[in-house]
Amino acid sequence: MDKLIRVLVAKPGLDGHDRGAKVIARALRDAGMEVIYTGLRQTPEQIVSAAIQEDVDCVALSILSGAHNTLLPKVVELLEAENASDILVIGGGVIPTDDIPFLKEKGVKEIFTPGTPTQTTIDFIKANVAQ
Amino acid sequence: MFSKEQISILKEAVDKENAKTQEMLQKRPERKAEFTTGSGAPVKRYYTPVDIEDMDYMEDLGLPGQYPYTRGVQNTMYRGKFWTMRMYAGFATAEESNKRYKYLVEQGSSGLSVAFDLPTQIGYDSDHSLSEGEVGKVGVAIDSLADMELLFDGIPLDKVSTSMTINAPASVLLAMYIAVAEKQGVSSEKLRGTIQNDILKEYIARGTYIFPTEPSMRLITDIFEYCSKDVPLWNTISISGYHIREAGSTAAQEVGFTIADGIAYVEAAIKAGLDVDTFAPRLSFFFNAHNDLLEEVAKYRAARRLWAKIMKERFGAKNPKSMALKFHTQTGGSTLTAQQPDNNIVRVAIQTLAAVLGGTQSLHTNSKDEALALPTEDSVRIALRTQQIVANESGVTEVVDPLAGSFYIEAKTSEIEAEAMAYIKKIDEIGGAPKAIDMGYIQQEIMDASYNYQKKVESSEIIVVGMNKYQIEEEAPKGLLRVDPSVGEMQKAKLAKLRAERDNVAVDAALTKLKAACEGTENVMPLILEAVRTYATLGEICGVMREVFGEYQQSVNL
Repeated sequence: MDKLIRVLVAKPGLDGHDRGAKVIARALRDAGMEVIYTGLRQTPEQIVSAAIQEDVDCVALSILSGAHNTLLPKVVELLEAENASDILVIGGGVIPTDDIPFLKEKGVKEIFTPGTPTQTTIDFIKANVAQ
Repeated sequence: MFSKEQISILKEAVDKENAKTQEMLQKRPERKAEFTTGSGAPVKRYYTPVDIEDMDYMEDLGLPGQYPYTRGVQNTMYRGKFWTMRMYAGFATAEESNKRYKYLVEQGSSGLSVAFDLPTQIGYDSDHSLSEGEVGKVGVAIDSLADMELLFDGIPLDKVSTSMTINAPASVLLAMYIAVAEKQGVSSEKLRGTIQNDILKEYIARGTYIFPTEPSMRLITDIFEYCSKDVPLWNTISISGYHIREAGSTAAQEVGFTIADGIAYVEAAIKAGLDVDTFAPRLSFFFNAHNDLLEEVAKYRAARRLWAKIMKERFGAKNPKSMALKFHTQTGGSTLTAQQPDNNIVRVAIQTLAAVLGGTQSLHTNSKDEALALPTEDSVRIALRTQQIVANESGVTEVVDPLAGSFYIEAKTSEIEAEAMAYIKKIDEIGGAPKAIDMGYIQQEIMDASYNYQKKVESSEIIVVGMNKYQIEEEAPKGLLRVDPSVGEMQKAKLAKLRAERDNVAVDAALTKLKAACEGTENVMPLILEAVRTYATLGEICGVMREVFGEYQQSVNL
């Protein structure tokens, strides 16, 4: 039997919009994954340290503050510095389409914008985590 | 309102009609098995006097401008004057936001509404490490009185009313506003506006808290007391259901949780020794407007009736102004879709109608591009025009509370009131809103409702046009607003200059005095004002308070 997929749902940045993060966290859990949710206002350093400590397969970052171009690449960078670049990094929130190529180039594997069915995110994680 | 005899004849007729229709439905079923409101509450096929048979007109509705204010807080409503068209705006630097405010005033906006960036809302200066990437993004960056002077440059503060979406550091921003007015030669008695100042909903839904519950409640009562004497026209709090709804609550939860928060503020102020009628007239509310037009109208009416009764019966208020629930409305950001964004104009128009038919005192209409980015000037203009069309062309403003007496609207109003009251009772049993929040009860209820909604959208039980039905292939939207990424560096440079040039001895002295006041029990407002006048920064002032009060720790149960 496959081992359970472990996901860290995290909110980098200072915004408090956590509806999306909580919905995703529950949907992933209902899909049989083990989910850890960090709560608000996590620095990239805190997120990376939680990801390593919890030995997760995926970090799902939710951000609606507009600081995504600064904070999301930083998470990827710090994971690399910790030799943990096998952890899948994905993002979601109010993120303009124009920013998505930049974020992908920086190592964020996929960006899910408003209106994405949770099943799409679930399928993406299942297909892309390192097993 | 109806005689027993009339009701019994009607009941019989309704039963008969129902039996017949049920038979017909075997052959020709309705579109779906269950009909519900936008919040998932069941809706019957039609409503009659039977559904409101216990209603007492004078007791439950009253006349416009009269207790229990179900029909509105003024006797003339929009025949007297339209609601305040107040567009929430602010981004980047104080200079750029100042330009946007001047533009909005030229376009006929009748009140300013300031959006602050997240570091400002959480009490960090632009040069704090946590501010990285956030400066000037979702609102304007304010680090000190110097920024506030630029923000309101050329805008006479005795002529405009200004709403500031600021909560944890509300006392500091209000003090800065008073200090700018002083420099313009405007005394604080003349200032009109609102600070949001509703910390409880920050813990519940919005997330920009700083201090723990208890000192936060003290800061709020200090503001109530200070303003009742020195800034008498200021609305000292905007008790907000908006964000509770955005977090995914139902309409009835929006009313129930918001009014439970309101009760907590009134209780805290009374406990601090204030007389209810000195501060309650300056309390105001802030609600959401979603797409289910009739449910929303009923919601506003239910909230007014519930608050009036609570203020009179529970708190013994005597002044009618203490009982009249005044509210601002914003259309529902979470109802907007990133797909086919032009469709959002139509959603906002429906929501505008709901707010107006519900008797709002002021309104912000969202722009079509807000699921994608901050709105552009063009899309903000369309959103403002939507209000102007409803005000001037739709005709709904010529009659006060025109939907009153609709069997459905009245039944729904009572139903939402009862459901909200059940939540308030439950929260009372827990020991009040602050305790229910610390326990996570309110957050859990909202999370359940929000997850339920999401599941219904994904199973297409709820249709969102353009998103899960009627989709088209779309190109990436063009011309979105971008905040200049150099804003953070500019703010940092301004701060360095300020710290070098101001009288730092005076700053330190003011901060030391403020710290002592925080440790004691005296009202902190005059000391914050003194600190602000020395150009102490927001981060320095909040830093002193953080030292004394500590910080709130969020706990989340999924």
